[in-house]
Amino acid sequence: MKRQKNYLKPYKKRRFFKPKEKKLNRSMAGNTLLFVVMAICGVAMVLPLVMVINNCLKPLDELYQFPPKIFVRNPTLENFSDLFTLMNDSWVPFSRYILNTIIITGGGMVGHVIIASLAAYPLAKHNFPGKNILFQMVVLSMMFSWTVTQTPQYMIISWLHINNTYWALILPACSFGMGLYLMKQFMEQLPDSLMESARLDGANEWGIFWQIVMPNVKPAWLTLAIFQFQQMWANTGSTFLRDEQLKPLQYSLQQISAGGMARAGAAAAVTFIIAAVPITFFLICQKNVLETMTSSGMKD
Amino acid sequence: MAEQATISQEALDIAKKQATLGYRIKRNKACYFMLAPYFILFFFFTVLPVVMSVAFSFTYYNMLEMPEFIGWKNYIKLFLEDDIFLTSLKNTLILAVVTGPVSYFLCLLFAWIINEFKGWLRAFLTLIFYAPSICGNAYVVWQLILSGDRYGYLNGFLMDLGILDEAVIWMKTEKYVLPMLIVVQLWLSLGTGFLSFIAGLQTVDKSLYEAAALDGVKNRWQELWYVTLPAMKPQLMFGAVMQITQSFAIADVSIQLAGNPSVNYSGATVVTHLLDYGTVRFEMGYASAIATILFLLMVGSNMLVQRLLRRVGE
Repeated sequence: MKRQKNYLKPYKKRRFFKPKEKKLNRSMAGNTLLFVVMAICGVAMVLPLVMVINNCLKPLDELYQFPPKIFVRNPTLENFSDLFTLMNDSWVPFSRYILNTIIITGGGMVGHVIIASLAAYPLAKHNFPGKNILFQMVVLSMMFSWTVTQTPQYMIISWLHINNTYWALILPACSFGMGLYLMKQFMEQLPDSLMESARLDGANEWGIFWQIVMPNVKPAWLTLAIFQFQQMWANTGSTFLRDEQLKPLQYSLQQISAGGMARAGAAAAVTFIIAAVPITFFLICQKNVLETMTSSGMKD
Repeated sequence: MAEQATISQEALDIAKKQATLGYRIKRNKACYFMLAPYFILFFFFTVLPVVMSVAFSFTYYNMLEMPEFIGWKNYIKLFLEDDIFLTSLKNTLILAVVTGPVSYFLCLLFAWIINEFKGWLRAFLTLIFYAPSICGNAYVVWQLILSGDRYGYLNGFLMDLGILDEAVIWMKTEKYVLPMLIVVQLWLSLGTGFLSFIAGLQTVDKSLYEAAALDGVKNRWQELWYVTLPAMKPQLMFGAVMQITQSFAIADVSIQLAGNPSVNYSGATVVTHLLDYGTVRFEMGYASAIATILFLLMVGSNMLVQRLLRRVGE
């Protein structure tokens, strides 16, 4: 007889955006005031990004114009074609930089999501000796930035002989504290009954983790992947990677844009690409990210 | 009777055995296997570096010779002889004291206002405010804005209005460097903490607002103070950690915009000083001392603020 395995389905449908309803305690004057404040601040925040977008479409004479104009008058894609010409001239084939970026960011993302989720599950749902101290250590690690540990990390990486390999970037990235923290907080919300019924059916912890926990925390691991991507995308890797063939896209793009006045157009195109990629990723997954962040709070 | 006594004795023995540490560790073997990959990496790339940093800070070490123990000398040199360190410490504290709290309140304010909007407008506003913090090093666009010649946007704009007669070299003029860095840093600082606030505001139980309205809460400001903030205390604490850590770690922005070294070290921070000794001069002992001080500064102020925030609403 086939038994209906209810716990294999997502346990509830979440509605994230609020349904329409009348709010209490709201005045028209207040609404207008807040809208105006928001409009002004929003314009101030977005202006530099608008400049990035417009600059990459400006021909060279508009980039050096007095007085400078924010908006482009004769948009052109010249800067991008310049950039592609420069890419084709590079000593290492450009596709190699792209491959390196895919390996490094992909490895860091997948590795971090799997390793951090594996560790988050027992921390969220089991009671075992040493649990609190381990989690406290992770919280403490979020209280200082990686710059503190950079120098000794460099020594450790050279002692492990993984200097000048992809591992030098991937392995430290897998152990960021924030991912584990967010994942653990999110998993704590899963009802225990979900795992209990699977246990009664004879599933072991490994099976429960892959078949029940992971499908139910999809928003969290998407968020982890995005945060991780943002971190790794901005990394030029120049501290650890010496061989030109190993360096990521970010490095070569920055080399191109460091070329001075003649390359101002290509540099504007580079800035646009560097900013557009992570922003697009966030745009696609915004709902999931915000859903994950609802459980980000620190409880005592 | 006798049989019953032995049974309960057995049960007692089993219970005793189950309470021992060894048994509990054994029973949770699967847990430790799942924790192992993460915490091995965590040990190598986070715990060990902190320990090493503290240990090496009492030595002279250049990565070629064996480290030599020199006691407190690095710290004494830092605070008594190294003027640049004192300048950078002062700059870091100014930047942290200004950008930390200001960015924290901006995060909260914007998140709160965004929460008043609905649907696509809310999603759009979230994107606009969050985008600068994830745009990689696209803050180099500020180089164009603050550029020292008349093609710079700020110069061009102010000259056009007749406020300035000639171009100001913003990032090479000592008195402008720190204020400009603060502006750029604030622009960049609506990051993870901001998202946490937006998300946290949505989880506040709506019945609380209704109850508050019955209890005499008259407008949105009172609602914010009496209902919303106490209800999202966990997010407030998380956001504080994010903003504080970020505000002490300012370096890349300063290096990109003001250069390293900057004019008369006006843009030097503890991190740029650390980079100077750790990655250029390879004086690892001295760099470790700087890193240890930075570590204590960050963790210390985080602990302090956590303690303060725990009192909110008590």
